This record gives sequence, C-alpha cells and structure tokens, in this order.
Amino acid sequence: MSRHYTPDHEWIDVDGDGATVGITDYAQGQLGDIVFVEVPDEGREVAKGGEAAVVESVKAASDVYAPVSGTVTQGNPALVDDPSLVNSDPEGEGWFFKLRLTHPSELEGLMDEAAYKEFVSGL
Amino acid sequence: MSDHVIDEPTEAPETPAIETLPLDAWHRGRGARMVEFAGYHMPIQYDGIMAEHLWVRESAGLFDVSHMGQLRIEGEGADAALEALLPGDIKGLGTNRIRYSLLLAEDGGILDDLMVTRLPGGDLYVVVNGATKYEDLGYLREHLPDDITINHMDEHALIAVQGPKAVDAVERLVPGVAELVFMTAGAFAWNGVALWVSRSGYTGEDGYEISVPADAVQGFADALANQPEVKPIGLGARDSLRLEAGLPLYGHDLDPETTPVAADLGFALSKRRREEGGFMGAERILDEREHGSALKRVGLIVEGRQPVREGASVVDAAGETIGRVTSGGFAPSVGQPIAMAYVPAALAVAGTHLSLSQRGKLHRAQIVPMPFVAHRYIRKGASK
Repeated sequence: MSRHYTPDHEWIDVDGDGATVGITDYAQGQLGDIVFVEVPDEGREVAKGGEAAVVESVKAASDVYAPVSGTVTQGNPALVDDPSLVNSDPEGEGWFFKLRLTHPSELEGLMDEAAYKEFVSGL
Repeated sequence: MSDHVIDEPTEAPETPAIETLPLDAWHRGRGARMVEFAGYHMPIQYDGIMAEHLWVRESAGLFDVSHMGQLRIEGEGADAALEALLPGDIKGLGTNRIRYSLLLAEDGGILDDLMVTRLPGGDLYVVVNGATKYEDLGYLREHLPDDITINHMDEHALIAVQGPKAVDAVERLVPGVAELVFMTAGAFAWNGVALWVSRSGYTGEDGYEISVPADAVQGFADALANQPEVKPIGLGARDSLRLEAGLPLYGHDLDPETTPVAADLGFALSKRRREEGGFMGAERILDEREHGSALKRVGLIVEGRQPVREGASVVDAAGETIGRVTSGGFAPSVGQPIAMAYVPAALAVAGTHLSLSQRGKLHRAQIVPMPFVAHRYIRKGASK
C-alpha cells in the first residue's frame, strides 16, 4: 500500500486498483472544528481535481477534490453521525471515501510523505 | 481541498498595509491564529471556535476589540447635533448611561451601528465598528457643526470581557464594577491606569467593555487572562456568539441598503424621536414603521446539520429568490445550524417554513424568535 498527497491537502492510500481518500492533519487543523461532511454516493464517477466531497467547519465550507479519477465504492458513513472524526483522526477513521482507480497513472504527479511535509512547512 | 466560502474577509486590493494593534504580540505569544480584519491583524481563534464559544457561555472570555473606533464628541449641544444623524434619544441620555443607536444616511439607510454614552460633564463617548470608523468620522465631521469637536481616541485599546463569570474576574481587579448594571458605565482605575468601564457587550452574555490606554493594555490583558475564569477568545467565537444572541453585524446583516425597520431594530427609534422626527431619513423610516417595510430580518433554524451561510438565497416554491441569508453558521450552544435572513415582511412570522438555496442545494428552515440563546444581561433591580 502506498500513500500520496495533493497540494490541496488530500491524502490517498492505494492498494491495487482500490484507494481510500481523506484530508490531511494539516488541513483539518486549518479548518478547525468540523461540523458537517458530505461524502459521495457509491457509484459516482469522480475526475481528478474535481469536487468529490464537502467539509464544513464552524466558519467555512470547503470542497474536497478527488486526487485521481475513479468510481466511488463507498462514502464513510461514520462521518454523517460524527463529523468531528475528521478532527480527531483525519488520516485514519476520518477518511472520506473509497474509490476504484480508472487511471492509475494519475498517481505519478502526487507527492509522497516527505515531499508533502516539505510543501506544508513552506506554507 | 479548497475553501470556497469564508467569513474571514480577504484584503481588498486598494487596502493599504495592514496595521498592528497594541496586543498583536500578546495574541501571537498565546498561540492565536491571526487574520486580516478591518485593516488590522486580528486573532480569529486560539483553541478552536467551538471550545472558545462554549467557554464564554459558561465562564468568561477576553476579546480584543481594539480595531473598533472610540470617539469622544465634545462641545455645547453635541447631543442635539448628533440627533440630526441618529434616531436615538441622545439629549435625554443620563450621565454614565449607554444607548445603542444607528448612524443613518439621508435616505434612512444604515451607515453603522454604534453605542453612545453620556460622560460626566456632558461629552459623548461613541464606539463604532472598526471597518467603518474612518467613513463614520468623515460623515460626522461633514454633518456636525464646526464647534462640535470629534476626538478619535486611537491611543486607547478596547477590551471586552464577556460571560457569566466576567463580573467575578473584573471585580477582583477593578473593585466597584459589579455595581454597574447593563448599559451603564463609569470611570475606574487599575494599578493607577485610568479605565472607562461599560457594562455592555455583543455576545448576549453579561460582561464589560473596557477602554484602556494603549500603553497599559498589555499589562491589563495579562492581569485579566491570569484570572481563573478568563481565557482569550478570538473573533470567530465572537461572531458565533453574537449570531446566537440574535445581534446583527454591520457589513453583513446591516448595510446602507437596510433601514432600522427592515432590520427589526425598531427599539432604536426612541419614542420622542419618532414623534418629533428630525433625523436622517426620518420620513422614510417613520413611514415604514407605520406601514411596514418590504423585507424584514428574521432568525432561522436550519434543518439538518449543514450550515447555510451568508450569501445563500431564500427561495419560494417556484425557486424564485425572495430574500437572502445575511449571516449563518453552526451554533455551538444550540447544536445545529442557525441563520439570519431578510424575507418578505408577510412571511416574517415565527413558525413559517422557508427554503434556502446554497450552492445548488435546497435546505429547509423555519423562522424562530430571536435570540436563539437567551440574553443574560444584568439589569437594574434584578437580583444577582
């Protein structure tokens, strides 16, 4: 399994042609208290860089983009009942959705953990 | 991930360099996240808006509101002169009494909301919004007689301490302030520093607003923050607190397109002034008071968990826009999303169901009486 990051602060864990997507710890820290999450339905087609989910903090609403193109296989049902999972465990239980990759080559442009850490330290 | 709706104002292109307020380093030293607001770096949050908001509701929060404009209006007849611009009874304002009022344009539109206090000796102390203070100053100078002087007290910081335990913390440092009641003020001292203390605020909670010389404010803020009841609180929680308290925010719920009647601020039209008129826009405002305004500001509870924010539309069954949301967000003390909106006056009745449109999605909402969270002001005659 490999983990990649986008400059928009999504992470994606890839295992074969399946993947799990969420937002980074840095991102949840910037957003503050999360009060609502809208995750995509199973079967929805998402395009790399396209809107895939919505996350709302006390102060602001933000889009979550698909790091790569694919078909959604599951939205995280736990976030509907407890959006604060994104604050408490952003890179674990607070994942947003799972998808099946349609263009695995799109992963090549994403950052690895070291590159993302460096990217964030420069913000 | 990317923000597309942010309440934190962004810097306008023509805005000059962002200025630094006296407590800037103090906030940063305490871990505040700073944003640009009204031309200043301001703390938006410390621990998180939710925790800060709830702390204020149960204990006491220290807010730095030094960006707001503090004016001293002096001269014989300053009160009468001010009445030409405001609809409030300023001539009848007793010494050390505070009144909420509105700065009006010639057409009755709202240029700002403000607090006016009668100082001992007769001068007036006026607190205006930070984002509008320089325009307010220009407007006042233009319209007040030449023998009325306006002193912009920009060498003074302004601290608000808000919450049910504010009285305990502030009284410990500044003995005597517990004797003040809501909307009264007085001169006090701390460590030889002269303070002007008002029992007022904009959170719906009991508390104080304290004018402090800028060169002494850091020590005073330290002394306040060292009290067990007090934590520093950012502007994010100030906004959610005032929204729950049903208090309109200038630049959002109030602007030059709205009038006092549409904004449901009829209480700011003092009885004598209603009868006599003689303030900016009086003809239109008094007509609206009698016959109603087209739109009215209301409070809304939004169904579900998703916040509906400023800029969303109020729509009718056919999907036509009939009103607008001017403030909205998740209400930490209520536990669900709330909003303020302008709707057609005929619909402005508690219990009415409405649809709100935001980013292509419809949300159900119901008009409810404001405030969403009961005010806890300490009024005259009330026992503690």
